[in-house]
This record gives sequence, C-alpha cells and structure tokens, in this order.
Amino acid sequence: MNPGYELPVDEVSYNFAFLDEFAKREIRRSILKAISIPGYQTPYASREMPMGRGFGTGGLQLTLSLLGAGDTLKVIDQGADDSVNAVNLRQFVELTCPGANTTERAAEANIIQSRHRIPEDRLTADQILVLQVPTPDPLTIVEPSEARRKIMHGEGDYAPLLTRLYEDIVQFDEIAISNRYPTRLNGHYVIDSSPIPRFDVPKMHQSAALILLGAGRERKIYAVPPFTDAVPLAFEDVAFRTEAFLDSQGNRRQCDRCKSRISYLDEIIHPDGSRHWQCSDTGYCNDRCAQLHSRQPEEVRS
Amino acid sequence: MKKILEVRGLTRIHGPGCPLCFENTGAEAETNVCSSCGSVVAARDVSLDLHQGEILGIVGESGSGKSTVVKTLFFDAEPSTGEARFFDGDKQLDLFSLNSARQRWLRNHRFGMVYQNPNLGLNFNVSAGGNIAERLLMSDVANYASIRQRARDLLTRTEVLGERMDESPRRFSGGMQQRVQIAKALATRPPLLLLDEVTTGLDLSVQARILDLILEIQHELNTAMIVVTHDLGVIRLLAGRTLVMKYGQVIESGLTDQVLEDPQHAYTQRLVASAL
Repeated sequence: MNPGYELPVDEVSYNFAFLDEFAKREIRRSILKAISIPGYQTPYASREMPMGRGFGTGGLQLTLSLLGAGDTLKVIDQGADDSVNAVNLRQFVELTCPGANTTERAAEANIIQSRHRIPEDRLTADQILVLQVPTPDPLTIVEPSEARRKIMHGEGDYAPLLTRLYEDIVQFDEIAISNRYPTRLNGHYVIDSSPIPRFDVPKMHQSAALILLGAGRERKIYAVPPFTDAVPLAFEDVAFRTEAFLDSQGNRRQCDRCKSRISYLDEIIHPDGSRHWQCSDTGYCNDRCAQLHSRQPEEVRS
Repeated sequence: MKKILEVRGLTRIHGPGCPLCFENTGAEAETNVCSSCGSVVAARDVSLDLHQGEILGIVGESGSGKSTVVKTLFFDAEPSTGEARFFDGDKQLDLFSLNSARQRWLRNHRFGMVYQNPNLGLNFNVSAGGNIAERLLMSDVANYASIRQRARDLLTRTEVLGERMDESPRRFSGGMQQRVQIAKALATRPPLLLLDEVTTGLDLSVQARILDLILEIQHELNTAMIVVTHDLGVIRLLAGRTLVMKYGQVIESGLTDQVLEDPQHAYTQRLVASAL
C-alpha cells in the first residue's frame, strides 16, 4: 500500500483506479517479469472487473495499475476513439481516476490502451501502449493442451505454426493470416500479436514505446520491451508482407477524408452500394484533416 | 562396422514394482503381471546392439514388449531403468539422461519412426506435403521452395503421386498413408529408423511394395533400422539379426537364418513351426 496516498473524500467507497493497491502491485510485478522475459506469458490473478470478460478487462487492469494523477490516457477501439468500447473504458477511467486526463490525440497521451490498432504515428520512448488480448497463446490453433503448449514454448518448438504457414501458401499462394500474426520476440518466444492487423506488426519491431499485452480471461500478461526485435514468422523465400490496399489499377488507395496514402484503411460500404476507404485511426485522420484545412487558405493565397 | 546404438538392461515397469517382479514374470512364469505387487513388466533387461546399415528384427506375440522397446528409444515412453547409447558421428549420447529439448532434437534430426497406425505418425489436419514440411521445419529448414521440392521428391520416392501431395492423408488408402509416413520419417535422412508393425493390416501386394521400399532405402541411404513385427515372413525378408521376445523378455537372439532354421527356445520352435 502506498503510504502517501489518500483517498479522495467523495470517492471513499472506491480506491483510486478501482483496483485495490495490493492488486495493482501484483499486476505491476507481473509486468516487470513480462518485460524481463520478452514474450513470456506471465500468469497473474486477473480480477473481476465491472464489465464482461472479453471487453478489454486485461488491458484495463494493466492501464489502471499504471495510471496515476497527471497521466494522460487515450483509448482506442477498432482504431477509433468514439466506438462504444473505447467510450466506456475512457469514462470508467475518468470516473475512477480523479486527476488523470484523457485525450483523443496519440501524441498527447503517455498511456494508450488499444484493441485492434497501433496508432499510425510512431510512438515515443515516453509512451506505453497497452493492448487488449483475447487469446494470448499463438499455439492454441495447433495444440489444445496448455501443459504441452508450455513445453513447446520452452523448447522453442514452433514447427507446427510454420506448418500452418506452409499450408496457407499451398492453398492460397500467400500467408492468409489477417490478424494475430505470430511474431518472434528477441529470437525466442513467439507471441500472439493480439488482434492487430498484419499492417501493424512491423511497428512492434524496435519500438521505442513499451508495449504491454494483457489477457483478462486467460489471465496472462506479456510484453514487447522497448527496442526489442519483433520478427513475424515467415519463410526465407516467402517474406512476410502487410496489407497493400491497392485498387484495380494497382495504385495505393487513399483515405477519402485526409488523403493519406500510408495509413491502414477501413472499407466503408454506403447504402447506395458504393465503396469508400477511410483511415481506421481516427485520431491520425482528424489531425491530418485539421492540417489540411489550415494549409488550404495559404495555398489559395499563393 | 560402425555401431549406431547400444541398449543395455532396458526395463519398463507399469506400477509400483517390487523386488520379486522379475522372479514372478517373464517367459518362465508365462505372465507379465507380478503376482505380489500387481505391476506389469512390459519389458525387462533388454539389451541390443545395432550397426550402421543393419536391420534388426524384433519378433514376438502381442504383449511381448517389442513395441515398448522402440517406443522408449523414440522417447514416446520413459524406461524404468536401463541405458541406451547413440553414436552420433564421433559423439556418444546417453539417450535417457538427455534433457527433453535434446531428446526432441534427436527425434527430429537423427531418428525416424513409422507407427503401425498412421494416426500416430501423421497429422491429418494438414496435407501430405505439410506433414513432411512439418518434420523439415522441425529440423530448421526455412526455405519454402526447398521444403516443397524435398517433400515432392520424397513422396515420389515412396510412390505417392506428386499431384496428390496437397491432399489430406485422410483421403489416402492405408498403404498410401503408410508410405507417406515412411516419407515423413525419411525427410531428415535419419541414420536410425524405427519401424513398428509397418505392414500389419495391409493387403499382400501393398505389403510387398512397402517391404521392397524399405530394403531399397536401406541400400541407398545405409540407414540402420529396428523392425518390430509378429510376421516371420517380414523378419525373414528384412532382418539380418533377430531378437525373439516373450512376456517382456528376450528369449533368443542371433542371425535371422539361425533363429528361424535352428530355433533353440521352445517358444521360438513353436512360433516357427506354426508359421511354416
């Protein structure tokens, strides 16, 4: 228990950040262990949260154990700040963490909790990215027994996973894993990169920001420490590649709003059947739109 | 000739075991079950030597412990006591004292196993080629094109049509599944191959082709093999030397011709007489 900490008078029924200090300390210790062994799935006592398992309880517990007064949090769900899950988690933090700020801009936040995306703008060493993970173990698809999976991880026995990639290439001429791409950390453990698309996997490699991954239902925490190698599994002659977003002429599609040609795009089908593409990272898109509008008058003038 | 494998005093007991176990079981006692403690003695005090390019036959009725011997050598089962030495180049490895990672490495790189039941040796959720790829990937081959080429070569070698390599082995006949298993076992060119009742349950013409294949492989790659079977015909065709087992015990061993033409033990005499 932090001896210097005093509960705010109007919130005496709840501790700061909802979890009691012992729970937060236990989670922080698991985080330290996870950082010390890159990619190792550290078990922890996942607490009951006032929301269902699968709604980001793993990520939320990590965030709550890290957050203090003066910190700034951004919550992303499907790349957006305004989807239901993101709004709920943000409001929960605002309610239980007096003194902590929330933002929708990635650059302003020092803790970013996300489910499906890593923000487009490169994160800095002052930031921590918390990812919510439904299934922490990449070997679940090939081995149902957890006891045997642990031995496989310990011995670095990832041949069955690579066999899956082989089968994909045989069937589809390319590796058909869209998200949760198995990624090898620091030359040993292979992690499930959570439901981020293949597009975001290279951002984990030598990332300046600490990336923490938490699974609430499966009670596991693992981490990509800053400046650590994160190499997606592939073959020597069939390289890992990200989504290309090419149109029928082979040109890179751009965002309808901000005209970005480098971001991850969501396909939106309008009621009239027409298809549009738009940045999935709304914070990035809004920032670019704002820049575009402030620049246009200058261009008109010149 | 270079020695590949040396097994001494290999014993496997299911149950608590007691000092009387060996007295109460074996060929003399005509049982596997110890009458004082109820343990099952699956194999007791089995010793054998295997040289490069040699085929050693193990023959015996069901429950005689012949499969137990090869399973312990392939690390599928743990022995109660005994030791096995594997000669890898100029290194000597004490098989049962290695840690599990080293054992797995040996399984993947140096040993090959063909089971009676293809369900044990093959992964039916991936294609025939994928099964071979899995074994190559286990031995750290990471090039897709070369894996594919090697899988195709091996399947052609074992007379599985190359066009069918991307099909699941579930859709293959029993004989073809067995040949895929042999191709998988051969993928890493292992110096030691363990064959557990490979032809049992197959029809005669398929049996003959698989036996031919095994002999050709032995001549081509100079692979040492342990062939477990209850079929004396298979032993006569393949094995240079033979062990006869009964109730977990080796009761007779020697050159195959000697064992079959001039059996010394009463059980072997009965076995040979009944087969011919």
